[in-house]
Amino acid sequence: MQISGAQMVIEALIAEEVEVIFGYPGGAIMNVYDEIYKQNGFQHILARHEQAAVHAAEGYAKASGKVGVAMITSGPGFTNAITGIADAYMDSVPLVVISGQVPMSLIGTDAFQEIDAVGISRPCTKHNYLVTDASDLARILKEAFYLAQSGRPGPVHVDIPKDVTAQIANFDYSKDVELETYKPTVKGNVRQIKKAIEAIAAAKRPLLYLGGGIINANAADLVREFSKMTQIPAVETFMARGTLHHADPLLISMLGMHGSYAANMAMSETDLVIGLGARFDDRVTGKLSEFAKHAQIIHVDIDPASISKLVNAHFPIVGDVKNVLETMIPLAKEQVDPTRYDGWHKTIANFNKLHPLGYTEEGDRIKPQWVVERIGQLLGDDANISTDVGQHQMWTAQFYPFSRPRQWISSGGLGTMGFGFPAALGVKRADPKRVSINITGDGSILMNIQELMTAVEYDLPVINVILNNNFLGMVRQWQTMFYDKRHSSTDLSIQPDFVKLAESFGGIGYRVSTKEEFDAALKDAVEKNVVAIIDVAVNRFENVLPMVPAGGSLFNMMLEYKEK
Amino acid sequence: MEEARRVISVIVLNEASVLSRISGLFSGRGYNIDSLTVAPIPDSKYSRITIVTAGSVRVIEQITKQLHKLIPVLKVYEHADLVEKEMAMVKIPLSESISDIEALAHAYNGRIVNVSSDTLIVMVADEPYRIAHFLEAIKRFHPKEIVRSGSVALER
Repeated sequence: MQISGAQMVIEALIAEEVEVIFGYPGGAIMNVYDEIYKQNGFQHILARHEQAAVHAAEGYAKASGKVGVAMITSGPGFTNAITGIADAYMDSVPLVVISGQVPMSLIGTDAFQEIDAVGISRPCTKHNYLVTDASDLARILKEAFYLAQSGRPGPVHVDIPKDVTAQIANFDYSKDVELETYKPTVKGNVRQIKKAIEAIAAAKRPLLYLGGGIINANAADLVREFSKMTQIPAVETFMARGTLHHADPLLISMLGMHGSYAANMAMSETDLVIGLGARFDDRVTGKLSEFAKHAQIIHVDIDPASISKLVNAHFPIVGDVKNVLETMIPLAKEQVDPTRYDGWHKTIANFNKLHPLGYTEEGDRIKPQWVVERIGQLLGDDANISTDVGQHQMWTAQFYPFSRPRQWISSGGLGTMGFGFPAALGVKRADPKRVSINITGDGSILMNIQELMTAVEYDLPVINVILNNNFLGMVRQWQTMFYDKRHSSTDLSIQPDFVKLAESFGGIGYRVSTKEEFDAALKDAVEKNVVAIIDVAVNRFENVLPMVPAGGSLFNMMLEYKEK
Repeated sequence: MEEARRVISVIVLNEASVLSRISGLFSGRGYNIDSLTVAPIPDSKYSRITIVTAGSVRVIEQITKQLHKLIPVLKVYEHADLVEKEMAMVKIPLSESISDIEALAHAYNGRIVNVSSDTLIVMVADEPYRIAHFLEAIKRFHPKEIVRSGSVALER
């Protein structure tokens, strides 16, 4: 088939069964946008900022499990998108990002809107391409989709010069991807798995350490089966929330810097860590030399570079978590005695009793944690929950009753403020039947507030719940605790009128200062089914607790904080 | 942790961006590359890159894994038992004793390869530490310019 490069992009997206892309046009990508105009194979959603387009594609990918697609122009379009690309890289989100580039003849001449896009995206993509000939486009796009979702998923960037999108060449999308140099290890080494099972059978205090790789691998069901069968208790990383049902008696809670006392103590006392798709991030481990000090480590991960990167694994297993669990489950059934850990369960129950996760009601102001719990009570499984970054994010991870994988959509690795709202738009597009909530802060929401317009135009009724404390709360918390209350540039007392702001875009706004008002606002927003902002005035100086101070040991948690 | 000299051999697809992908892994982590050579492997679509660097066991293990992770990388040899050679060329004024220079070069697998009206060029090819010795010894002939090739290496 002899067609233009721009037509090839459309044909490839349709062949990949893409139903929606998020983007923003501009000079260098115009040929492709012209073809988008002519087709009806997929929807194009015009974000109002390129960063938001990529976050929306991430939200879509995280909620649906499919590859998210974003399209942007050269120069500033691309540099705006890079935060989203980096975010997807850190959280292993499968994306294909297509950018326009100035024509080949102008590359390297400081042309208008020219930037070395592949040079910038190289360290924050799984792979990237500069397409120099339209006859390579079919192969490159096919590889891009394959790379994005195979092995450890991640963003793939394809940069296409304008003349290449105009060039007519042969297009054949039917050839299989052949990459001699890329063969991810999916199946775990059976001998290693057998040894791991023996270690599990011999352990007295084993602990499942569940990571985001489980969600990516669609392995949550198998994890549930494995934990139920073996009766081994589990802690979840921030990225793994929803792997186990919140009411599962074997789920201790989230671990790490803002993990629960019981989860962090269990990690400190365990004699065998069974790490599944988790990467021993510094926010999880605290001081490395004190982390799981008494334990041997089983580490299952699709990415060999994650194994023994930070913590030495005694039983390294490279493979897809789902695949490895399929091998482990029948072996564990034969060898692991589920009644063996009763004492360990009692120890953990005691940790829970000693310092349960909680907060104290005081004064008139709503506590932010209450808002999170309340959304959970009112909507529970019917909502998908996105967040921005900061205190509200940690409270959501701590207090929302997650019941399934892909319900929890947040920026973990990069910690990108401004992620939540556009991501929630992508989530709504992927899962329109459920309510899409973005729990956010008064700082974060302003970082992509322009997406109110996108929400209105495409009828994506995301409900933004601002836990408004008139502070950049997390930084304020650190300043209070570690910088002698010098609240440098974190006081956000000067704010827009969020109600009018939402209304001016055609959305709906609520100002809430009591619990009754909150219930009424949330109910109304769900019923009205338009994009909404619920601005909740919460306690200004609430801290996220417990807390392991940066570089501290997991067992040395700050359980309460008294103002000095 | 103890830093040691390491030679890493990487077999990569011979394509435009591959060198920057590899050097980026080092520069992004603040590690220095002591030497780097690249050349195509005959009758294949691959090139061999030989990198000499210094680092602790842990750092090198992580770099090796990250190299593996790059899509165009086929193989990475690190701990392998290597035969390693390097080449150097030195430009010397003609006023020095040619026979002395010839004798010195000979001891390091080398010879005089060019003589012009006022300078000569001597080349040697040997193990990198021996190249260092040679460059020390050649100093007394007042070298004007020195170029080293960086190491190439093959597994035994």
